[in-house]
Amino acid sequence: MDHISPVLWQFLVKWMTNFALFPPEASKIAPQMDALYFFMVLVSLVGLTLVGLLIVGFSILYSKKRHPVAVQIEGSTLLEATWTIIPLGLFLIMFVWGSLIYFRIYTPPANAMNIYVVGKQWMWKAEHPGGQHEIDALHVPTGQPIQLTLISQDVFHSFSIPAFRVKREAIPGRYTSVWFEATEPGQYHLFCTQYCGTDHSHMIGTITVLTPEDYKKWLAESTSGMSLAQNGERLFASLSCNACHNGRPDARGPSLANVYNSKLRLANGQETIADEAYLRDAILNPSEHVTQGYAPIMPTYQGQVSEDGVISLVEYIKTLNSNYRVEQTLNTTGLLPESEPTSKSPSTPKAAPPAAKGTVTP
Amino acid sequence: MSSATIVSLPDQSTARIPKTNFITKENGLLSWLLTGDHKRIAILYLISITFFFAIGGSLAGLIRLELLTPQSDLMATDTYNKVFTMHGVIMIFLFLVPSVPATLGNFLIPIMIGAKDLALPKVNLLSWYLYIAGGTLVLYTMMTGGVDTGWTFTTPLSTHYVNTNVLSTGLAIFIAGFSSIFTGLNFIVTIHKMRAPGMTWFRLPLFVWSNYAASILMVLGTPVLAIAIVLVALERTVGIGVFDPTKGGDPLLFQHLFWFYSHPAVYIMILPGMGVISEVISTFSRKRVFGYTAVAFSSVAIAVFGFFVWEHHMFIMGVSNYSTLVFSLLTMLVAVPSAIKIFNWSFTLYKGSITFETPMLYAFGFMGLFTIGGLTGVFLAATGTDIHLTETYFIVAHFHFVMVGGMLMAFLSGIHFWWPKMTGRMYPEKISQLAAVVTFIGFNLTFFPQFILGELGMPRRYASYPEEFQILNVFSTAGATVLGVGYLLPILYLTWSLKYGEIAGSNPWQATGLEWQIQSPPLTENFAEIPIVDHDAYDYEWLEKMELAKKQQEVSSVG
Repeated sequence: MDHISPVLWQFLVKWMTNFALFPPEASKIAPQMDALYFFMVLVSLVGLTLVGLLIVGFSILYSKKRHPVAVQIEGSTLLEATWTIIPLGLFLIMFVWGSLIYFRIYTPPANAMNIYVVGKQWMWKAEHPGGQHEIDALHVPTGQPIQLTLISQDVFHSFSIPAFRVKREAIPGRYTSVWFEATEPGQYHLFCTQYCGTDHSHMIGTITVLTPEDYKKWLAESTSGMSLAQNGERLFASLSCNACHNGRPDARGPSLANVYNSKLRLANGQETIADEAYLRDAILNPSEHVTQGYAPIMPTYQGQVSEDGVISLVEYIKTLNSNYRVEQTLNTTGLLPESEPTSKSPSTPKAAPPAAKGTVTP
Repeated sequence: MSSATIVSLPDQSTARIPKTNFITKENGLLSWLLTGDHKRIAILYLISITFFFAIGGSLAGLIRLELLTPQSDLMATDTYNKVFTMHGVIMIFLFLVPSVPATLGNFLIPIMIGAKDLALPKVNLLSWYLYIAGGTLVLYTMMTGGVDTGWTFTTPLSTHYVNTNVLSTGLAIFIAGFSSIFTGLNFIVTIHKMRAPGMTWFRLPLFVWSNYAASILMVLGTPVLAIAIVLVALERTVGIGVFDPTKGGDPLLFQHLFWFYSHPAVYIMILPGMGVISEVISTFSRKRVFGYTAVAFSSVAIAVFGFFVWEHHMFIMGVSNYSTLVFSLLTMLVAVPSAIKIFNWSFTLYKGSITFETPMLYAFGFMGLFTIGGLTGVFLAATGTDIHLTETYFIVAHFHFVMVGGMLMAFLSGIHFWWPKMTGRMYPEKISQLAAVVTFIGFNLTFFPQFILGELGMPRRYASYPEEFQILNVFSTAGATVLGVGYLLPILYLTWSLKYGEIAGSNPWQATGLEWQIQSPPLTENFAEIPIVDHDAYDYEWLEKMELAKKQQEVSSVG
């Protein structure tokens, strides 16, 4: 056969050896989602066979040759009720089953390790709590729930790991989160699945799942020497945040000690929980998040801090559990301003995307 | 085969196309461009949407050719992005939305209800001109560099990050939107006010019911799209900041507005097609549609529920988990009326007397492909599996199964079915049966592999992809070639039949609708005198009695 058409032969061999109907199951949720998926495939096959049998069967039984005169029938309430109620019941089962999985995927457990992911045209930047940065790659250990907190610096992106069956949109100006627990060490695809402009199809990367021991090794080898919180502390000082947020009784800004996850009363009377999203908004858009009892004098840091910087600041504020830490920061004003070796300069709006960038030439 | 057909044509040696009809009444280009006749406007629409379909189809060919290999080697990624954006914009706004309503609906609705024209003939002509204006703007956009936002115009990509012709495309869709609002409005008024005496709501053919439901969606949904586009334009030009998070806007708001139209829009596209299928299945099995009322009300149910499911396009976008419960549930509910229709059509065949002319073959194709399209929609309505499948080729496959496998099959079925009425001549039967089969095979080969690609995780709108996806993509591209042949054939032989087709006579299918009781092609005023309706739709016994009476009259007049 292969002497007739080597190309076709190669093609067929490749197909037979590589044929897959679904991606590898590499996370704890993957087999659960696949169970529902295969249930739906089964229901679809049964439904399709039924419709096919009806059409083909009736076409043979009642073709004009065999059945020259049609018998007029109005309808049948019983039959119609049957094919209303049975599909409805099946769909409701799928609805409940699907929602259970959905809530599981989008409700991170309390013990999850948080990794920040920033999407920008056209790259993914992951930031580990220990300060490790990765571009278009993500290393995670098995057996540990990982929470991803996603945000986009420009347009909508979507962080998709088919082998884990998880996907979450990275939205400009808003944190979103998703979690997974990897089970199988290996390398898996990372895709941006939301169309994001010129190089959308090059916004891909690799997820590397390591055993916990290998992951520890990797962490030690890739550390930049500074954790996210430490980076944040430097930034806190260099932006002079401590000029107002110094924890003193006469300070112009509220104390940030233990502010994370606390209940705040705002100047407009609303009550809110100071989670990551709130802290981010309060830095970038302070006039709408004034704590009761303080004057709206904080300037906006929109455009002055990158999303990476905001993440560092938020992580730092989360570690502040006593005034003592803020006092210490006060004494670090001699530090250099934060530098970000790996991050790109924030893209300017309406800038023309470089046309040929990253195009793979054949 | 001769016994297995219902076609009854007049004696070809003596038969003539009636001298006076809507085509021959007036001559000259102006008589067409300034016409108020709903049938002529339908023909104008048919020519223009076929033109845009050809462009959109060629673009689809380019997409499939690029995806033959994993690298982006046929065109640069920017070009690829422009090509799929244009494919989407043209196929959705310039082909699928107007396809059945503006051509077949325009031609048939007044005749089916026993009226001489639509209620507002001049508005009808205006809506064609708006369509042409929108279409011309789209062509202008394409000539002057195109646009690369995707047909969904997601902000802030469309407002701040691309330098292409977003504004002219937006304007084109804005204008074309009014064309469909006017068409919908015209249908609603006509169906309410101009039914012939005796033509009660429950005597209307199901084609009219489904177009009525689609018209409601057009009139209520399209203005929201217009608003969303205006906001994008304002955001892009003066930066009003409704969608811009740095100015306190919400980028998700755009998607809420956009999908509030664009989800009902898929029902605008599919409902009229379902109407065609009801007519065809009934005619070729010589039986009234099983459960007429259920089929009629399922159209209305789809239209009503269709407005409350839009958020299912946004399940992964950080909307509240609890709101997804509501939208997932409602989406499951909207699937039920479609299931009802499929089973009712299947049981229409039961104890019928079935023949397999081309329209029926296309209708069978519709039922099979729409069933797959509908069932895979449930995979996406269930929030848990949606997370994995959304934004991949699974979506592309699902959408094309419903829109191309469903709507386009229905459109072709309807075109073949009413071709003798519109032109007075038959299409060639054998080659068109072949075309129907080729289309069905080509379609499955093109789009079925895409379900597997999607489950494997291949994202949509990728100009290049990992190598392991190539084999399925090769299948898909091969299928697209077959599909292309399947679509080219009807264009060729239908054009041929305009001159060489057999004379059809007034009722070649022995169908019951009012449109089959008048000459083909019809008179400009449709009916010499307004008919008085005294029977239900699909009453084949009434038809037999009529035919018998006619014959007796002829015999007695000759005698």
